[in-house]
Amino acid sequence: MSEELTNQKADEVEQEEGVSRRAFVKVAVGGVCLAYAGAIGYPVYRYLNSPVEKAQILAAVKDVTLDKANELPKGSAMMFKFGPYPALLIHHDDDQWVALNAVCTHLGCTVQYKKETGKIQCACHGGVYDAHTGENIGGPPPKPLTKYVVKVQKGSVLVSRAS
Amino acid sequence: MSKILDYVDERLSLGELRAFAAKKKVPLHRYSYWYYWGGISLFCFICQVVTGIMLLIYFKPGPEAYDSVRQITYDIHFGWLIRSAHNWSATIFLISVLIHMFSVFFMKAYRRPREFGWWSGILLLLLGLTFGFSGYLLPMDELSYFATKIGLATPEALPVLGKTIANLLRGGLEVSDVTVQRFFALHVVILPLLYLPLLGLHLWLVQKHGNAVPPSEEEKPEQERKSIPFFPNFLAKDLGMWLMTLNAIAIMASLFPPQLGKMGDPLSPAPVGIHPEWYFMSQFATLKVIGKLVPGFLGEAAGMTLFALGLILWVLIPFYDVKTKGGLVAKRATYFGIFVVTVLVLTTILGYVLA
Repeated sequence: MSEELTNQKADEVEQEEGVSRRAFVKVAVGGVCLAYAGAIGYPVYRYLNSPVEKAQILAAVKDVTLDKANELPKGSAMMFKFGPYPALLIHHDDDQWVALNAVCTHLGCTVQYKKETGKIQCACHGGVYDAHTGENIGGPPPKPLTKYVVKVQKGSVLVSRAS
Repeated sequence: MSKILDYVDERLSLGELRAFAAKKKVPLHRYSYWYYWGGISLFCFICQVVTGIMLLIYFKPGPEAYDSVRQITYDIHFGWLIRSAHNWSATIFLISVLIHMFSVFFMKAYRRPREFGWWSGILLLLLGLTFGFSGYLLPMDELSYFATKIGLATPEALPVLGKTIANLLRGGLEVSDVTVQRFFALHVVILPLLYLPLLGLHLWLVQKHGNAVPPSEEEKPEQERKSIPFFPNFLAKDLGMWLMTLNAIAIMASLFPPQLGKMGDPLSPAPVGIHPEWYFMSQFATLKVIGKLVPGFLGEAAGMTLFALGLILWVLIPFYDVKTKGGLVAKRATYFGIFVVTVLVLTTILGYVLA
């Protein structure tokens, strides 16, 4: 009787061991697969993401100096790049200087300054912005355009991020 | 879950595929090891496609080719690794294709009914070599520039059409950014369009006729022959080989990445000791030797004729060695194979000694 019991126990132990061994192999194989996926996936991600990282470094710029932009006539505007983004510098008739991010807050088209209306418009879906404040005043845009700080200096204009 | 499976099965008949996989067997004998090399070649080809697509994301053909490869190699994160993997997997691809071809040759797997497998295989090898040749120019550094000049000068020695063919491939009288643009189109569009259907045919034929057994196995009575199921036994082993190949590519690619030489410049002289990649070394050395024996155009033409003749014999071997039993003809075919391997190995070594 007792011998029988011991045998039974041994069977159980073996069975348990079998299961745990199988579980171990499963985990090990899964782990190795994950390690391979990581070892291949990480370089591939960094490789594909390289230009994004470069653009992010560009986007972190604090200011940009626009040579000769101080000569911009009143009532006109010019495009420039603030980091990777298109931006708009306007010299208003009242001698006020305004610089705005030119990416429409609706779906990302580049906006333009309309001299006739004195407003900023987006041709894609008819968004309208105030040319002095960047406020969204018509059409679908949900947010105002980001405004930069403008400093007119001798021979250039310094546009910097508002802190 | 089973409902989804039923849904899919009813429409795509996956059951047939399962039944086919269950029935498929792979012969087991002392030469079974050689069966893996086709699969290894296939895996390397897949690696080529994947790494090739990744290089395509940054490579710019034409005048910017050199600079874009410089960026891939030195600026972009892990660009050197992707380029290196493409380079090493190409090398391992050609090695495994050659081993696969010679193992097929010596197992006499080209005999009836597998002739089309043999011919499609030879075409795939030739296309593979063309892949190598066209891809080599794309970085447009000094080495690739001169290698392409030399490579295109060889068909130029062909009578009548040689010059026209070379000029068309080059897109001019000298290798230039126009050539890079052409080779790019060849490398990433034309060759894959030719290669993929041919590869499909090649793989389908293997499924249709099954693995060939060598004559020594054929002589055994049916009941003495052993085999293992393809699924899952052989497939598991196959995948194991693929994993080893992946590791080999990863190790070689990380430890020995290719560099980028100076930009190819028509006005600078060819660098001393310039020689082709190993897979063109045999032809290079043979032409060099023949050129010494028979100088000038005649030597070049003699060399080209020799290559063409060798290739034709190689293609025609299924018509010569038709007997299933190992007679004199079968032995001669084997000797021919041994002769070809010996010549290829010796001339390749000679190429490195001469270079």
